[in-house]
Amino acid sequence: MTTTRQHSDELHLALYRKMFQIRRFEEEAARAYAQGKIGGFLHLYIGQEAVAVGAVASLQPTDYAITTYRDHGLALARGMTSRAAMAELFGKVTGCSKGLGGSMHFFDAEHNMLGGYGIVGGHVPLAVGTAFASKYREDGRVAIVFLGEGAVSIGDFHEGMSLASLWKLPIVIVVENNEYAMGTSLARTLSVEDVSLKAVGYGMARDRFFATHVLEVHDRIGEAIERARTTSEPTLVEVRTYRFRGHSMSDPGKYRTPDELEERKRKDPLMVSRAELEGKGHQEALQKIEAEIEAEIEDAIRFADESPEPGPELLEATTYKGAFAR
Amino acid sequence: MTVLRYREAVRAAMIEEMERDERVYLIGEEVGAYQGAYKVSEGMLERFGPKRVIDAPITESGFTGISIGAAMVGLRPIVEYMTWNFSAVAFDQILNNAAKIRQMSGGQLHVPIVLRAPNGSARQVGSQHSHAMEHFYAHVPGLKVLAPATPADAKGLLKAAIRDEDPVLFMESETLYNVKGEVPDDPDFIVPMGQARVAREGKDVSIIAYGRPVHVALEAAALLEKEGIDAEVVDLRSLRPLDEQALVRTVQKTHRAVLTYEGWPYGGVGGEIVDRIQRLAFDELDAPILRVTFRDVPMPYNAKLEQYVLPQPDRIADAVREVLYRKG
Ligand SMILES: Cc1ncc(C[n+]2csc(CCOP(=O)(O)OP(=O)(O)O)c2C)c(N)n1
Ligand SMILES: [Mg+2]
Repeated sequence: MTTTRQHSDELHLALYRKMFQIRRFEEEAARAYAQGKIGGFLHLYIGQEAVAVGAVASLQPTDYAITTYRDHGLALARGMTSRAAMAELFGKVTGCSKGLGGSMHFFDAEHNMLGGYGIVGGHVPLAVGTAFASKYREDGRVAIVFLGEGAVSIGDFHEGMSLASLWKLPIVIVVENNEYAMGTSLARTLSVEDVSLKAVGYGMARDRFFATHVLEVHDRIGEAIERARTTSEPTLVEVRTYRFRGHSMSDPGKYRTPDELEERKRKDPLMVSRAELEGKGHQEALQKIEAEIEAEIEDAIRFADESPEPGPELLEATTYKGAFAR
Repeated sequence: MTVLRYREAVRAAMIEEMERDERVYLIGEEVGAYQGAYKVSEGMLERFGPKRVIDAPITESGFTGISIGAAMVGLRPIVEYMTWNFSAVAFDQILNNAAKIRQMSGGQLHVPIVLRAPNGSARQVGSQHSHAMEHFYAHVPGLKVLAPATPADAKGLLKAAIRDEDPVLFMESETLYNVKGEVPDDPDFIVPMGQARVAREGKDVSIIAYGRPVHVALEAAALLEKEGIDAEVVDLRSLRPLDEQALVRTVQKTHRAVLTYEGWPYGGVGGEIVDRIQRLAFDELDAPILRVTFRDVPMPYNAKLEQYVLPQPDRIADAVREVLYRKG
């Protein structure tokens, strides 16, 4: 295991900035949801930010990333603007998917964020397919895919794993084990507690750790990315994490105790980084970052509010170039 | 009679049938401890225990196949999908096993299973979560497909489905779950499959619908009444078997028909209904039959565009004016 101390404070501050951006973005999104400005599902990533931020920091801009419906964190980590993300939640044409996708379907092709997907596990073969394309073209790109521990039971996960390993494809498959799939705890969804064991039967490399520190996430997933890039070998990485909010906005959350939640919040990786950076004398830099992010999120809300909605002329144009029935 | 919400009527049917027949069990994601993603199975785990109210991991193909297997050898599973959208993951099990086993086995085996879930649009849940899946399934011989619009029909048809010897697919609606209605208390109250219902009597035009759009059709009929147009609304309730006689009867009366349902215009249940009417009652028709469906695109997230894609009372009213040649 690499220690987190070898990294510059500049990197740590940059990652803190991203995590803080995601946190504040989603807190404000939750508020906007309560005001009726956002509809449908809204799956928050609050508590898990260190996973996407740490992982993305080890990627090259040309690498591919794909995730589930819990996708705001990855999109922002990859460089989507707060404006494009918030406008998407508000269903505006200035949103990353023109207001047609919504919270679950953030896409940003320019930043190689190849989408958030709503059918559990269905995106895993897609991600393996992007790794297949890299190998086919020999262009050195790596793919990374994120899924929940609940998705590990579904067939598409296993077919994706099997083929990634059989064909030695350059991919990192990250299971974000936040211990719950909606209201179902890990123990009621899998027959083993160690999710990374799923790699064994496929002859795939594996890793497993707690996302306690963003720099450790960066290093550990970085190793897997390096393996993919240099030897074209896939890795299954189980990152143990926790979501602080409900599954989506309407989750009563009765499946866990307030004590459990409070205990996990005390280990919040965002706060761990903040305390550490503060201890190293970066008080001023932190305050600057936080003030800038506050302004950025405020601006994103205003932008989303003021942006126009998509019109019906977009619907057929974005479906396909083909014939339509009436 | 008791006034129940649609979700309570579905629950009452399951509880009564589980009390009546020990072979019946409920399986699905979050049906037990979480009390159902849409609270349809609330209280059932406490009542029947984890042997008969089974929380499954996210494994639609797995728990559908397992339940088809259990049904082959004598159990009578009720499978709940969180929504019908996710049944796509289990499509092969439904198509290739549930629907085929009776014939492949030369009639030796059969599959008494009920698959149920909310179907169709919800609110702003986007393209992957807004499918009207009945069109895919009603295509398949060997599968029965029901789509009740009222609490009473939900209860009576679900009980008929659970007692049936073949696979029955039961289409509920998230946006109907809170709708209230009178429901008979008789534990043997059954609504037979394959019988449509006239939801509103009328003489000028027939609006034919099923499931949630029945309520949209009734709104359209109320709009049209103000213009002196007296629309009949036929609620099919059952898509396979389909009540041909009810289709013929209403067209004999009104000579004009508009169909409305969720799902895309290409093919689908609507194509089938149009075929039956033109084949069985060609001489009765005074105008071509029109359909009001989803527009032919995936469902967008934006709220206004979603409403634009969905069948609306004013679009139905426009179609009615058109078949009455009152347009423009
Ligand atoms: C095939 C399929 N079945 C069910 C659902 C409904 N659903 C959405 S998220 C979810 C739980 C997923 O849990 P997990 O994989 O652990 O991811 P998390 O939400 O914890 O990030 C379920 C059951 C779905 N979207 N797709
Ligand atoms: Mg989870």
